[in-house]
Amino acid sequence: MKKKETAWRILVMACGLFLILLTLSIGAFLCYRGLGTFTHYGHSVWEFLFSADWKPADDFQGGGQVGAAIFIVGSLSTCFLALLIATPFSLAAAIFMAAISPRLSEKLLQPAVEIFVGIPSVVYGWVGLTVLVPFIQRLFHLPYGYSVLSGAIVLAVMIFPTITSVSADSIRNVPKQYREAAYGLGSTRWQVIRRVLLPAARPGVLTGIILGLSRAFGEALAVAMVIGKRLAFPDGILSPTNNLTSAIASDMGGAAEGGEFNTALWTMALLLLLISFAFILVVRKITSKGVREK
Amino acid sequence: MSRRHRNAILTDRIMTVALYAVAGFFLLLLAAFTLYILGKGAAEFDASILAFNTEGIGNQFFNTVYLVFLALLISVPIGVAAGIYMAEYAKENKFTGFLRTCIETLSSLPSIVVGLFGYLVFVVAVHGKWNLMAGALAVSILSLPLITTTTEDALRAIPKNWKEGSFGLGATHRQTILRVMLPGCVPRIITGVILAAGRGFGEAAALLYTAGMSTDINWSRWWKLTSPVCPLNPFRPGETLALQIWASRTEAVAPNAAQVADMSAAVLILMVFVFSVGARMIGHRLDRKMTGSRD
Repeated sequence: MKKKETAWRILVMACGLFLILLTLSIGAFLCYRGLGTFTHYGHSVWEFLFSADWKPADDFQGGGQVGAAIFIVGSLSTCFLALLIATPFSLAAAIFMAAISPRLSEKLLQPAVEIFVGIPSVVYGWVGLTVLVPFIQRLFHLPYGYSVLSGAIVLAVMIFPTITSVSADSIRNVPKQYREAAYGLGSTRWQVIRRVLLPAARPGVLTGIILGLSRAFGEALAVAMVIGKRLAFPDGILSPTNNLTSAIASDMGGAAEGGEFNTALWTMALLLLLISFAFILVVRKITSKGVREK
Repeated sequence: MSRRHRNAILTDRIMTVALYAVAGFFLLLLAAFTLYILGKGAAEFDASILAFNTEGIGNQFFNTVYLVFLALLISVPIGVAAGIYMAEYAKENKFTGFLRTCIETLSSLPSIVVGLFGYLVFVVAVHGKWNLMAGALAVSILSLPLITTTTEDALRAIPKNWKEGSFGLGATHRQTILRVMLPGCVPRIITGVILAAGRGFGEAAALLYTAGMSTDINWSRWWKLTSPVCPLNPFRPGETLALQIWASRTEAVAPNAAQVADMSAAVLILMVFVFSVGARMIGHRLDRKMTGSRD
């Protein structure tokens, strides 16, 4: 009996340990491959992050240039524009779900949000490519419709469910007394939302926004389909550019394993990993602060 | 009525209308989106496109289902066991905190990063070619954190007196977990597994360099497991529906690539609907059956 207990305990613990091992080995492998740009091919971190000269050699001698600034700027601009588009709408939807009509939301909006989450990213990309890109091309009389704006709109649709559901949860979790006290003082519903619910739910809303941002950063194929893959800084939101994930997705297959080009792409993947880890730390900080305030 | 008062009421009205408008806009957007995709799929429908050969998307459909099945076969046992550990055995200390950080990191990893890791470990390191198993392993990495946290949450939501009752009858901790607590968690775990499956069906970035972008199946000899064209052989390249949509954008060689992509998109959307409605229904029904609650 005792033996069985111990064996069982070891078994479940091993599965827990496996998750740690998996995370660490993903990190280790990415470091091992990604740091090669700096250690083996002798480029500086500064060059990788801030130079726009992207001409890595597709061989084992190296000697090319690995400035990834265009991709980084491309990722940043699409993600923040997406956030700018998605946040007001998502917040409004979250307020509607939590404070205006919970009953209607449970029947209609909640399932709709879940379905939005479930739609695969390539389908978003495909619709972006076949509907949004031609639409933007015609609307602004552009030579091509591929642009930062197209990427940002596709991303905005993809991250809105994340922001909405996390924010709605945190608005719902505001203690009932807050709401009742505000109504008791004669506030209108909008005043309650604006002055009581939103300030009290701020940590949760921020968490939702950061989770959305982190999803946008990591999204690869949907953006790759509409961004245009032009190796230049965007001149504006209507100009095509490229981003980190698209570069990895489209070039990794053709680059020689272990060459400078290939290694530079691994460095980009390492950068993505670091960014997503940084987002987690920020979310932790926000939530732990929120708990302390309560 | 003072002016300020009137203004407050007016603002309230305007904002209420605006919020209703946004909610309506989202419902409309979803309706337009799905109707567009399904409509396009239906308009271009042609029986040959569903065929299980190189022209149709039947093989890709089979690959998608088979790959997700393999992925769940790997991730469900490990994920549920890890969830049990987190809920029942892990003490509140630094180690558990670190494990929690690891789970969070895993769940927010960009899927392309997981795909690259899978490519390096499951394809390059074993000197293999792109294959379904590598894809399934990559997808299982993506679904592990979801299943772990679902199981942990479900176990924590079990009323304390169930556990105490079981202990009182002389059951051990293991027996209590396996016979009393886990059965009560089944509805929620199944909902989590269905959600994970839904994510797996649509996954493409993680499969680009693991499952491969081609598929060649010979249905007439499906029992020959070692043959590279056997449908059930997990060590053959297996393009999924989502990958096919991506491929028809980048390397469209077939004349009907756009049509095939439209059809694949329609099938994927249908699967998403079936799965999210299914998750709700199964969760609800099992909930009543397993916990004996009536509502």
